[in-house]
Amino acid sequence: MTASVQAKQPETTAVASAPAASEKQWPDQVYDVLKAAGISHMSYVPDAGHTTLIRLFGADPEVVTNVLTTEEEGIAIAAGAWLGGKRSVVLMQSSGVGNCINMLSLPVHARFPLLVLVTMRGEWAEFNPWQVPMGQATEASLKAIGLRVQRAETGDDLVETVAQAAAMAFDADQQVAVLIGQRLLGKKKW
Amino acid sequence: MTLPTMDRRVAVKKLLAARDGALVVTGLGSPSYDVHAAGDRNDNYYLWGAMGGAALIGLGLAQAQPQKRVMVVTGDGEQLMAFGSLATISVARPRNLDLIVLDNQHFGETGMQSSHTGRGIGFDKVAAACGFSETAELRSLEEVDTLCEKLRRPADGPRLFVLKITAENLPRSLPPRDAVEIKNRFRAHLGFASC
Repeated sequence: MTASVQAKQPETTAVASAPAASEKQWPDQVYDVLKAAGISHMSYVPDAGHTTLIRLFGADPEVVTNVLTTEEEGIAIAAGAWLGGKRSVVLMQSSGVGNCINMLSLPVHARFPLLVLVTMRGEWAEFNPWQVPMGQATEASLKAIGLRVQRAETGDDLVETVAQAAAMAFDADQQVAVLIGQRLLGKKKW
Repeated sequence: MTLPTMDRRVAVKKLLAARDGALVVTGLGSPSYDVHAAGDRNDNYYLWGAMGGAALIGLGLAQAQPQKRVMVVTGDGEQLMAFGSLATISVARPRNLDLIVLDNQHFGETGMQSSHTGRGIGFDKVAAACGFSETAELRSLEEVDTLCEKLRRPADGPRLFVLKITAENLPRSLPPRDAVEIKNRFRAHLGFASC
């Protein structure tokens, strides 16, 4: 997984799209927005782009968190949490979307509110060609199984997008994936 | 030598008669029919698809309702598709989640093809290796009676019990296929609004 990749060289590589100062706090703002939306449950397969959210939710005594062996587990867990009255969010990388497709028939068919945050790979300054096929197929795959897909390319836009996606999911019974552009995450350093 | 097996419908009926307020999630196929045959209820959540989801829906439900016991009733084929879920559930360590694997060692819904559990994979052993607080393999209805008593007692963590059942296709007892209705009535049972 990306989070465990060891640094092989000093981090002097030029970053393709260095975030502006105002965007550096977006993970904290996304956490605040999710808390304000009543999220009290979170499941994840780690990705470097989700590091701050995983840390903040993990340290939050009001939030139950689950580390998953594969992403589709989180789809089923979120449905169970909703049955029991909790609002859940699932965090994954774009490569994990492919693992989820059949399990997504559960929230789509049974109309469970679903909010998934997907960090994108394989689309912007990607160094690993293995990430490209699933990264390029992510949005089409999600749409094919029936999810609403929204994208954000800047920190400010992401915070706003997550806030309204939570409203669509939990107030309008929608199944929503928010794609966090690789351009926003920046070129992977290693 | 053929080892003894039990009647699935009788075994499930015993477990449900002793549910004592437990919320029930069923895996697709025959386990859903078995639970429905014992009596349709608002606190049953039946799956007709999403293979591999039953135990994990149970986990999310158990985490959202820590004061209630959750019992997942699923089959060996459905649980095989969620092999990793045993690791996820063990790490999550709910104290109110029991997995019942109705194990006929076959994929019964698709033509009775032999499954992994007839070839040496024992879910009780897998779950024990993952760190479940208690696991066992049962082969008789008398053992199920003992299990019913055990399930009423508090657990230190998740438990998994394999019930070795006879491989046969019984008359189907079909739960409603309207998954939205099943969801809404389950939530209403817990006092939550429909949507």
